[in-house]
Amino acid sequence: MTVEILVHCRVGLALHSLRAAEGKPLLLLHGLGEESPTTVPDACAEWPGPVLALDFTGHGASTVPVGGGYSAEILMADADAALERVGPCTIVGRGIGAYVTLLIAGARPSLVRGAVLCDGPGLWGGASGPTSASFPVLHQPRRTPDPYALLELSRDLRPRDYASLFARLAIEHSGLDEPISVAATVRPPWLDAVIAEVGVVERPLQSALAAYATLA
Amino acid sequence: MPDEHLPTYPGAEAPARTHRIDLDGLGIAVHEWGSERDDPLFLVHGGFDFARTYSEFAPRLARAGWRVIAWDQRGHGDSDHAALYGWDADIRDALSVMEHFTSKPSPVIGHSKGGALMIQLADAEPFRFSHLVNLDGLPSKRPMADLAEHERTRMMASDITGWLDHRRTTAESVRRPGSLEELALRRSAMNPRLPIEWLRYLVTVGARRDADGWRWKLDPSMRFGGFGPWRPEWTASRMPGLGMPFLGVMGDEHEPMGWGTLPEQVVPTLPNGGRLEVLERTGHFVHIEQPDAVASLVLGFLGGAR
Repeated sequence: MTVEILVHCRVGLALHSLRAAEGKPLLLLHGLGEESPTTVPDACAEWPGPVLALDFTGHGASTVPVGGGYSAEILMADADAALERVGPCTIVGRGIGAYVTLLIAGARPSLVRGAVLCDGPGLWGGASGPTSASFPVLHQPRRTPDPYALLELSRDLRPRDYASLFARLAIEHSGLDEPISVAATVRPPWLDAVIAEVGVVERPLQSALAAYATLA
Repeated sequence: MPDEHLPTYPGAEAPARTHRIDLDGLGIAVHEWGSERDDPLFLVHGGFDFARTYSEFAPRLARAGWRVIAWDQRGHGDSDHAALYGWDADIRDALSVMEHFTSKPSPVIGHSKGGALMIQLADAEPFRFSHLVNLDGLPSKRPMADLAEHERTRMMASDITGWLDHRRTTAESVRRPGSLEELALRRSAMNPRLPIEWLRYLVTVGARRDADGWRWKLDPSMRFGGFGPWRPEWTASRMPGLGMPFLGVMGDEHEPMGWGTLPEQVVPTLPNGGRLEVLERTGHFVHIEQPDAVASLVLGFLGGAR
């Protein structure tokens, strides 16, 4: 395994190459509080091309910023930094990585050649509307996973129509018939809304990867 | 040009004290007007502004017997540029600064985004507020609500890709240098109602002079506008439940940095006993256009001179 550090604003992001190969890359996005795997997961072993994995800001070998400020959108921009380096690829996301996979699939529909949304930590996120949540200040040493990442990303707001918007952007602009595959078994409200969009399919991870591997 | 020849502005005063607070590694610049022996009153600036935009307004409150405390939010003014910016982080920084000075309820005045931030903090942590004043910081449903669905989707797509494209360039971006006059004129595009003399003065306190010209201190990685799950009307939904005395002040003239909210949208959301004052022929920066009138309203609301 090799690691390359990508620069996203003032953050260094660790992009791990789990398997070098010719062909279309597969990018893995981990769950909240996790980090990239060190080997290709069994469920992705049949992927014919290179396999890479990104540590989000504040996770794994990536930079821990001072004072938090996390959002799913910032993690989407982390994923975009990986897309800038890797080029068009299929993405598999776990937990919050699944939500980020949805966002980047809608935001960069020409670069994401299939998005697979899987169960994992951070899949639920926070409420779908305003809350009276308080704002604890954490005086903990900087480490990964960053406690502020765990705090802020576990309560980021995920309105159903906001999630639907990204699904629609992927469906309308990717040129793929089925750009989003839901392999997760859990159904937070945002994911329910995504599944309701025509062009989003429910299928196991291996089936989704087999379908996306055939895309040009 | 020697500093003594830098533009000044009538009524604008430098803070009595300026210092930094370390928030676990993030340096926040604090500016104070008035005596340290007086009770604290907090001023919260808006997005893309900085504490010293209160240079005219704060001294008026200080002369009435308040220790007026304002700070530059992360990435603004003299505070550190951060790796990440976010609504919750701004609120957390705010309560850390407030806690640094007092744990007792204090009056808090917020302008624009600072006003909206403080409505959320007042809802989440009401024990920090004796009074809440909101200066044209009452977001309302976006004007784009009437657009057709496909058009709104297209605009969002454009916002999102624009933001991501910007993020791709932020690692090395620096603000464009210019003469003091050029920076004042650039700012006037966003502050069209404010006198050029004021904007020239703002350059002297909100920009730094490098070898190749003046640059706004604002972090170049920040970008005006944006997108996200947050809805402006959520702020309004917190208003009716606020328990502390509430005063809203807004102008009746719309301009680029304002929310475009109408008084009739605000009145139904006022908390019990809350009051809204609308200043005629006044824009978004009510406290800069009419510092005497707004200070008088605020001091009356707080119970007069101390």
